Amino acid sequence: MSAGAFRTATGGRIDRTHTLRFTFDGRPLQGCAGDTLASALLANGRHLVGRSFKYHRPRGIVTSGSEEPNALVTVVRDGGRTTPNLRATQVELYDGLTAISQNRWPSLTRDLGAINDKLSLMFPAGFYYKTFMGPRFLPENWAWTKVFEPAIRRAAGLGRAPTSADPDRYASRYAHCDVLVAGAGPAGLAAALAAAEAGARVIVADEQSEMGGSLLSASRGAINGVPTAQCAADALAQLAGHARVRLLPRTTVFGYFAQNMAGLAERISDHDPSPDPEGPRERLWQVRARHVVIATGAIERPLVFSNNDRPGIMLAGAALTYLNRYGVTPGQRAVIAGSHDGIYAAALDLAGVGVEVAAVLDTRADPQSAAMAAALDAGLPIRTGTCIVGSRGHLRVSEIMIGAPMADGSIRDAGRIPCDCLLMSGGWTPSVHLFSQSRGKLRFDAAAGVFLPGVSAQSETSAGACGGASGLAAVIESGAAAGRTAAQACGFGLGRARAYRVEGILEATEATGHVNAPRLPQGMAKAFVDFQNDVTSRDLELAAREGFRSIEHIKRYTTTGMATDQGKTSNMNALALVSGTLNTTVPDVGLTTFRQPYTPVTFGTLAGMARGDLFDPIRRTSIDGWAQGKGAAFEDVGTWKRAWYFPRAKEDMHAAVARECRTVRAAVGVFDASTLGKIEVVGPDAAEFLERMYVNAFKALKPGRCRYGILLNEAGFVIDDGVIARLAQDRFHVTTTTGGAASVLNMMEDYLQTEWPDLQVWLTSTTEQWAVIAVQGPRARDVIAPLVDGADVGGEALPHMSVCEAKVAGVPARLFRVSFTGELGFEINVPVGAGRSVWEAVAARVEDAGGCAYGTEAMHVLRAEKGYIIVGQETDGTVIPEDLGLGWAIGKSKADFVGRRSLVRPDMIRTDRKQLVGLLTRGRDVLLDDGAQVTSVAAPAKGTAALGHVTSSYHSSVLGKSIALALVRGGRGLMGQRLHVPMPKGAVEVEVVSPVFYDPKGEKLNG
Amino acid sequence: MASVDAAVSAGGGRDAGALVRAAAPAARFVFRGRDAAVATVASALGTPLSLEPCRASQSVGRIALWLGPDEWLLIAPRSEGGLVASVLAKALGGVPHALVDVSDRNSALIVSGPAVEDVLSAGCPLDLDQAAFPVGMCTRTLFAKAEIVLWRTAPAEFRVEVARSFLPYVEGVLAVAVRDGG
Amino acid sequence: MLLIHCPYCAMERPEIEFRHAGEAHVARAPDPSQLDDETWAEFLYFRSNPKGVHAERWRHVHGCGRFFNALRDTVSDRLLVTYKAGEVRPELPPQEHSR
Repeated sequence: MSAGAFRTATGGRIDRTHTLRFTFDGRPLQGCAGDTLASALLANGRHLVGRSFKYHRPRGIVTSGSEEPNALVTVVRDGGRTTPNLRATQVELYDGLTAISQNRWPSLTRDLGAINDKLSLMFPAGFYYKTFMGPRFLPENWAWTKVFEPAIRRAAGLGRAPTSADPDRYASRYAHCDVLVAGAGPAGLAAALAAAEAGARVIVADEQSEMGGSLLSASRGAINGVPTAQCAADALAQLAGHARVRLLPRTTVFGYFAQNMAGLAERISDHDPSPDPEGPRERLWQVRARHVVIATGAIERPLVFSNNDRPGIMLAGAALTYLNRYGVTPGQRAVIAGSHDGIYAAALDLAGVGVEVAAVLDTRADPQSAAMAAALDAGLPIRTGTCIVGSRGHLRVSEIMIGAPMADGSIRDAGRIPCDCLLMSGGWTPSVHLFSQSRGKLRFDAAAGVFLPGVSAQSETSAGACGGASGLAAVIESGAAAGRTAAQACGFGLGRARAYRVEGILEATEATGHVNAPRLPQGMAKAFVDFQNDVTSRDLELAAREGFRSIEHIKRYTTTGMATDQGKTSNMNALALVSGTLNTTVPDVGLTTFRQPYTPVTFGTLAGMARGDLFDPIRRTSIDGWAQGKGAAFEDVGTWKRAWYFPRAKEDMHAAVARECRTVRAAVGVFDASTLGKIEVVGPDAAEFLERMYVNAFKALKPGRCRYGILLNEAGFVIDDGVIARLAQDRFHVTTTTGGAASVLNMMEDYLQTEWPDLQVWLTSTTEQWAVIAVQGPRARDVIAPLVDGADVGGEALPHMSVCEAKVAGVPARLFRVSFTGELGFEINVPVGAGRSVWEAVAARVEDAGGCAYGTEAMHVLRAEKGYIIVGQETDGTVIPEDLGLGWAIGKSKADFVGRRSLVRPDMIRTDRKQLVGLLTRGRDVLLDDGAQVTSVAAPAKGTAALGHVTSSYHSSVLGKSIALALVRGGRGLMGQRLHVPMPKGAVEVEVVSPVFYDPKGEKLNG
Repeated sequence: MASVDAAVSAGGGRDAGALVRAAAPAARFVFRGRDAAVATVASALGTPLSLEPCRASQSVGRIALWLGPDEWLLIAPRSEGGLVASVLAKALGGVPHALVDVSDRNSALIVSGPAVEDVLSAGCPLDLDQAAFPVGMCTRTLFAKAEIVLWRTAPAEFRVEVARSFLPYVEGVLAVAVRDGG
Repeated sequence: MLLIHCPYCAMERPEIEFRHAGEAHVARAPDPSQLDDETWAEFLYFRSNPKGVHAERWRHVHGCGRFFNALRDTVSDRLLVTYKAGEVRPELPPQEHSR
């Protein structure tokens, strides 16, 4: 059985022995292997497949390819896979496919939204600019945002986006080739063969499931004596035999970018009834080609006449494809009409399979061609000088009205012809999208009435119909020539050219056919130009009458060409109509920009594997596993995961942090500081280099000692800080903030390479070489001393801000005596590979000493209690060292360092700059909001500038109250004064205090 | 290295186009310096240091990867790390240079198999065709969102050096790439 | 994605390996303390913004790590030539920047 009443007995490329079941709107239907959803629906006599965007008019399948404006469907698969807005012409049929129509309720045949068609006077061009203004007493825009827009959004539109997460995976791939061939029709295949035979590395991409393009839907003709479809198969077999050729079917070249980079979307599994659940659904290819052959063919244009959108009305070329490739007839009684010789080939082929050809209507008065002669010979009823003026029918065309154009421009009624399908051809439009995306300049071919590739901007060649070639012989010839040119452009020899002898083709007299744009009588029913956005000829004429001249403006006013099909079938008709209305030429009206993507690309394809765990690198320290085992909560710091706090049974974050802080102050804590940035600065000029980079003096720093370094940018603002240790005369261990690791190294390299290339000093990132274990608290020395071998950790030998090399828990280490808590502290640096084992040894002793591990939150509280800054929290790119009370760190005798000159600019030496202070709330203890403003009175007058803002705010369990750091204008002169911090629940009175809340004399540093 | 094993088995499920495995533990040093130091290192190491950009050199298991005009990544068997360090330090004496032990900074993966170019091209934007990236070429580059050092050790084998904390990410992307059939 | 010729690696590499680093040939004075406020502000904040050929700095940050200079046409977004840091800005043939 050959699924479907409109299936021919033989012919086509489908497998009649392999029946596939599918449903459309719940109704079970059958098709054949090799069908598209569109061809299978047509084989079952289904033309009506959807409702239009604005007027909800019944619509049918118009084309056989990716340019389809009407037949948008939703395909539902298992596991929440719902894909809306798929073109039925591109959906490959598989057994069990479930498709549903869109934009209709309650059903496709009875759609309440179709009332819009009757109310269409409400929706003229630019209707949303003109209508829906509310009464004046209501707020501006009220009517639109509250009433009209929600209603329109419900009624208009396409399919519904799925609401659940996309369960599929998407792959991506970079690829490189000598020659990328976009399109595998006759021109593309010839080009690919020529390039491959010259030795080039070739990628051939074609959006269809089967490569061959128009060669697959020709009923007659042969190349070198071989039928065209067989020629395609032969060419593909030869290409597949070349090791350096990659064939990508189901792959759309959707974008052409700078320097011959192309974006390709490959559909891998949508056609598969039972896809590999682990495999990707689609793949993004980013292809860099040395030369691109654009062989994207041409797209047939519809005719513009009243009610030209009835189901059953389709393009003649599409009908030929359905017949010859899929063995499907469009109906039983056909009218074929147009202004291009293609109508004769369609008429002959349809008649050949027994379809009654009611009439062949040629709008041209006196066409002369072999194709027409052949149709005449076959006895087909041909009428020249005849156009279509309208159609009738309910949900399907049943009759067309024809007319004869008169010399005065009027159209005389010429009767009616009953039919169940109308096949039309308004000529062909070369697909210059990719050429235009490449920034090539188009030229208007006045003779053919179309835009063709003009001046190239990149190394590419347009071949075949998209380049203006006419007829199969010329198309193949231009493809082969383009392939040879491409190979030559990549440095390959020309080689032997293949000879192609084309026979038996009904050649058209003209390549593209003139654009058919009749002046329609006023008041006629809707003649659609842009089917997908429901733009009629009247809309375009109205826009022109209202004063729009440029097509860019008309496009936005009428929305013509702005649907997901980007006007593939409509743009030339729109241009012709507008230029006719304005009495000007098409190039004068202009051409809208061709934008990527050529056809819609899923977000999944663009995102690729960058989702979930692979969205970004997730970086964990060597100690992370231990922290996870202890049930730590983690926070994101850049791409790092850092242990935030270590809750014990029943503890919330507040309780855990409070306990960790108290433990560090009372006993000892251990902290993973591995994410700190580290740079090894080595060479005879290392000290000189650091003196120039940092505000501090380093030449005088003795080996074995450390200094707190502050880094400014050239504008004088603090951008990073850290401890810098001198390990040897020519070797420094520099630490940076976690977030500054890469940028500080970049900045240092910049100065070294471009400002001071004479300095003999070299930089190496060691961030990931060292695990850093901070041990802080009065018992820190007791904890580590037994683990240290080869160094004296006593206060004399290893005072605050010093460093030594020793073995810790048997591992060679750099042992720092530093503190970011204000307590006696050490930071043990060991190679990352030993990080976990040394940590475990230290942590065990810490616990034995009544201590605990603490996380980043406790670290923040502890440092805030001491008034230690965090770059990026107390600083915001406008803060200089003096503002922070860190002026002491600046090497006063230094002639220069990065940012020094800026520190004496007039604005920097003002006394009323914002300065770092502490704030304590008065009365009731309140945790101030980070970033809250600081004002002089509780309720300042509108427009009063704030004095500053809160930079850090924590509850200190050690101090038994909340503390805050703030930058306040002239703050150091306001000690003891009362200010206010407006908060959501009212202003809070605060007292300005020293930013050092805990141990102001620094006695604890020595344990 | 559970994720590496997963990558291997998933790839092996269909046609095993590429395999990902961990490289043997290595000692690593970043050497930076000028001509005199370069020559000294070459003779002390027993391996010439490539002056041609993006080229590796190796002999007797000691490897020097050109990373920049004054920067090489030296790789030796883990057991030779101490020896290499002391030999180089001794030879370089008073010659200005920087030699920094980064043995633990990186991890390395070996990616091999007929589909190795395709698998790496899932994340690497370079042309990995042998004409463009021949055996012996090495360079810092990107693999998806991670920086790597890529070295082609054989027609169908690459070594990927990656900073330790980026290893799980790179392994994850490679596992997906292998599963996608390369 | 642009292809950028790295003058140190001596090959074209993809744009994502590079980082833009501002205008080229804006030298830091050997002793900024000698500059008056206006001259220093000029150095800090004022940059040309030409329509046409622009000399700018790039770093092959995910490659050889070197900073270098490039002449880029800001109209076409084409990199016309790249050259090593410290080298003088090359002259372009007239047709290269006439657009």
